[in-house]
Amino acid sequence: MHFQLLFDNILAFTIGGLVFGSIYALVALGYTMVYGVLQLINFAHSEVFMYGTFAVAWTFVFVHGTDQVTWSLWRALPVLLLALLAAMLLSASIALLLERVAYRPLLNKNAPKLIALISAIGASFALSEAMGVRDLLSDLLPGMLVSVLIGFVIATVIVFVIATRQQAATAGEEPTGLVESARAVRSGPIVVVSIVLAYMICKTLGLLSPINESVGLREKLIDYVRKARDIYTNPVTIRPHRLFEIGGYRVSDVDIVVVASALLMMVALDLFVRRTKFGRGIRAVAQDPESAALMGVNSTRVIQVTFLVGGLMAGAAATLYMLRIGSTRQNSGFILGVKAFTAAVLGGIGNLRGALLGGLVLGVAESYGSALFGSKWQDVVAFVLLVLILLVRPSGLLGESLGKARA
Amino acid sequence: MPEHKALLEVDNVTLRFGGLTALDQVSFEIREGEILGLIGPNGAGKTTCFNAMTGVYQVTSGEIRFDGARLAKMKRYKITKLGMARTFQNIRLFKSMTVLENVMVGTDAHSKVGFWDALLRTPRHRRTEAASREEAMRLLALVGIKARPDELAANLSYGDQRRLEIARAMATGPKLLCLDEPAAGFNPAEKAKLMELIRKVRDEGYTVLLIEHDMRLVMGVTDRIVVLEFGKKIAEGSPAEIRDNPAVIAAYLGVDEEDAS
Amino acid sequence: MASAADVMRRAGERWDDFVDRYNRQPWYLKAIFVLAMVFLAYALPLLRPPLITTNSIDFGGVMFGVAAYALVALGLNIVIGYAGLLDLGYIGFYAVGAYTTAVLTAYHGSWPFFLVLPVSIAVTMVTGVILGAPTLRVRGDYLAIVTLGFGEIIRITVTNVEWLGAAAGIKDIAHPNSIGPNPEGPFIDPSEKGIFQIPRVVWDGLVPHLDHEHPTSFLIFGSGDAIPYYWLLLTALILVFLGDRLIKSSRVGRAWEATREDEDAAELMGVPTFRFKLMAFALGAAIGGLSGSFYASGQSGYINPQSFLLLYSILFVAAVVVGGSGNRWGAILGGALVAYLPDRFRDINEYRYLIFGLALTLLAIWRPEGLLPPRRTRRRKAAEAEIEALEEGELDEEGSHA
Repeated sequence: MHFQLLFDNILAFTIGGLVFGSIYALVALGYTMVYGVLQLINFAHSEVFMYGTFAVAWTFVFVHGTDQVTWSLWRALPVLLLALLAAMLLSASIALLLERVAYRPLLNKNAPKLIALISAIGASFALSEAMGVRDLLSDLLPGMLVSVLIGFVIATVIVFVIATRQQAATAGEEPTGLVESARAVRSGPIVVVSIVLAYMICKTLGLLSPINESVGLREKLIDYVRKARDIYTNPVTIRPHRLFEIGGYRVSDVDIVVVASALLMMVALDLFVRRTKFGRGIRAVAQDPESAALMGVNSTRVIQVTFLVGGLMAGAAATLYMLRIGSTRQNSGFILGVKAFTAAVLGGIGNLRGALLGGLVLGVAESYGSALFGSKWQDVVAFVLLVLILLVRPSGLLGESLGKARA
Repeated sequence: MPEHKALLEVDNVTLRFGGLTALDQVSFEIREGEILGLIGPNGAGKTTCFNAMTGVYQVTSGEIRFDGARLAKMKRYKITKLGMARTFQNIRLFKSMTVLENVMVGTDAHSKVGFWDALLRTPRHRRTEAASREEAMRLLALVGIKARPDELAANLSYGDQRRLEIARAMATGPKLLCLDEPAAGFNPAEKAKLMELIRKVRDEGYTVLLIEHDMRLVMGVTDRIVVLEFGKKIAEGSPAEIRDNPAVIAAYLGVDEEDAS
Repeated sequence: MASAADVMRRAGERWDDFVDRYNRQPWYLKAIFVLAMVFLAYALPLLRPPLITTNSIDFGGVMFGVAAYALVALGLNIVIGYAGLLDLGYIGFYAVGAYTTAVLTAYHGSWPFFLVLPVSIAVTMVTGVILGAPTLRVRGDYLAIVTLGFGEIIRITVTNVEWLGAAAGIKDIAHPNSIGPNPEGPFIDPSEKGIFQIPRVVWDGLVPHLDHEHPTSFLIFGSGDAIPYYWLLLTALILVFLGDRLIKSSRVGRAWEATREDEDAAELMGVPTFRFKLMAFALGAAIGGLSGSFYASGQSGYINPQSFLLLYSILFVAAVVVGGSGNRWGAILGGALVAYLPDRFRDINEYRYLIFGLALTLLAIWRPEGLLPPRRTRRRKAAEAEIEALEEGELDEEGSHA
């Protein structure tokens, strides 16, 4: 163990830990809010974060191109703000998609929590892998889109045929318009089957490869999709600029920006949950979903907002992560997600301020741990800390509950 | 009825949650073979008292003794093994287990069968299992729901679920059976049947503690009554004495409408 | 109107009907069916039926992996399905079992396999108790994250500690002891090995032929043929399955179920819930260790940390829940599919986890109760439907009842 190393550079390790901790904290918010409202571990939240990191890198590619350059923070700031916007948008969309596809059907059925977890695990795999095979997907995408279009046409025809027949069957009773009866047909499964059918027909007819080749999507997107499973580096490296020195550690503008923006987001979220109408709704549903529903709170809407806010925070975290690390990968969400969830549990799951505290404590502990035992033991330190804290304080550092007023 | 020794003694018990005093120096005792009613208006501390007795809450000061043994800091399942069993105000059956299995979880409380007995199907396992099943069926017959032992507990009617709770508690072989508002949600005809059942249980040799808020039921079935209000004991005595006690009447006047439901 | 959803739902109901009809058969018919299935399971890698058989990799080896994962899923089913404890780091126990075997037979000792087996079961069980004793007292959801952390700690430890082979792994792990003559050397005729030889079937389209050139020697655990390892593991699987049945239908099984349903109520009914949770956890761990031990001493006799990724823990949980949490057959089916599907569909290698993920989500939404739900879920569903029908049809009568 290298006590000397740690004690000589205690401030350096502390600040380094705080920087990472604030990223953990922002991601942890997504876990903690969903848990507070639904009592579910939103397993796929890590992918929400991962898509955000790619949005950042892609923004830089889009604005600047692929030449590797080094900019100062101030030079990069306008693009960085654009990237922040893109990351928050993409992450929030992914989060909403998750809610709609992987959670809502199960919540409507009142399915056991374990099944919702499985559904989320599946979605997490699918999202991460879709990013990992984006080079191959880009080859197939035009043909798939054509198949989807054809599929929709087929589905529409089928639905109207059914509707006409139903009308014929009920003729003489109440006359209804064709569009109304078509709307009454359960069309979702028909659409899915038709699309698959259209894809298979196009494939056997040999239509797909000419379409794909003529569009040549891969050539056009090569800067964004190449070597999809490899590390994807932001073309613009942001060079930290030393602002001042404390105890031998050079505090850089990047450090300050990361910690300050994370704190700013947290304060904004805290105010949102405590002061706004939506925030009240979130707290009400977290406390007692049934009474909240009786009092007219639209719980579906509240759940949507919860996912949206979690996604926005993950997008912000992704931007800060890319600012600090500079590269990402299709599986980079997983371990960060596990850490962020650990941070949420550490601070008391369901508790927003707990997520902040948990994230910072985890970041600093990891930083100290890697100084003492070597960086390869960093993750072990994080988990051992979690177990120890849960033994002493089973409900986390600040206790659980999104419902309580202090939120 | 003849004087018996005290089975459960609640001795000067105080229980505080933060600043709130839920029980304030409450003392009473339950004698062997009697049916004791514990009554009081809503929020008087009946269920709190009950939870303190069964080890769900730890008392702040005072002492609870069961059959001479102090209950402070005792594990909850050990209290059950000593011979105190309870039902729940809001039914808490093992819903996806069968009726028979629910009762057998109770009879298992005194079973010495362990992992190896079960794996090797030792004679002890076979003996215990057969005895458990027989005892469980007897109790189901006693409470009057032996018709469908293999039905899932969740599929029983509300009233039968309450009966099953009583059977499950009796299966743990208690000396003292504590019933927490067993008549909640019952209509008068069902209440009458329940009173009959409680008497039958007592005649089987169990001591019964009945927490209730329906005065007629309590007056009709208990031997003695303890009245709580705001965490304090305000009266104790036979049903006739309690009926004429001015403090009790005062305490109950304000909540008459609620009792009617 | 027949829409695709209806068709899918009906397929599900048809399947449930089939299972129910099977359950109603007299015991001897069930026994014959089960024996036939068991025989088929043993013979499968020799029969090599078309469509099922993997093309690019040795089918015997694939079946070995399938049996190993099925055993793991069976163990995890005790933890998740019976006792209701969400263990996301189960791969950790699998790793502990595998590494105990590797260290004692190859790296720091040369014990025979069958002596190591009980030791590695004991070691994993103790690991389970050490991990479970502090964490089983905290709330259920936290157990998930703590076990997740445990799985990761084990993997990082074996990757970084030289004494455990580090990233390079451990090779030359002892095989189980062979039975029958086993002459060593490069030019040994297969017919000289083992007590007897069994030819395998090769398929020419749909026409089967016997292949006498590459028989499986009974019972030689060498490096050329994975089938004897598969048989051994399948036997362990069957034994664990039977033991599981006995435990489940006893006081222990009832205590687990009661604890899962309502922990406080179970405690107040005299169930020492903590002790039973710990028992389930340790038992699950021991079965995971057992499987890991067999896995380590398999045909290749080689393990490295890459075999114990956190990903697999998640896949195991998915296997148990998708199979039908609390159902032994479901767990086995789920575990088997998790091992089998990626190997069968090697040719769509790049997309397989994408498809797996989508399938998992769709399956969860389509059949929340799992592929083979335990009887309790099905019966409850039936009862709910009945109650719903009553409520809809007999609202008026309810008034007269009260």
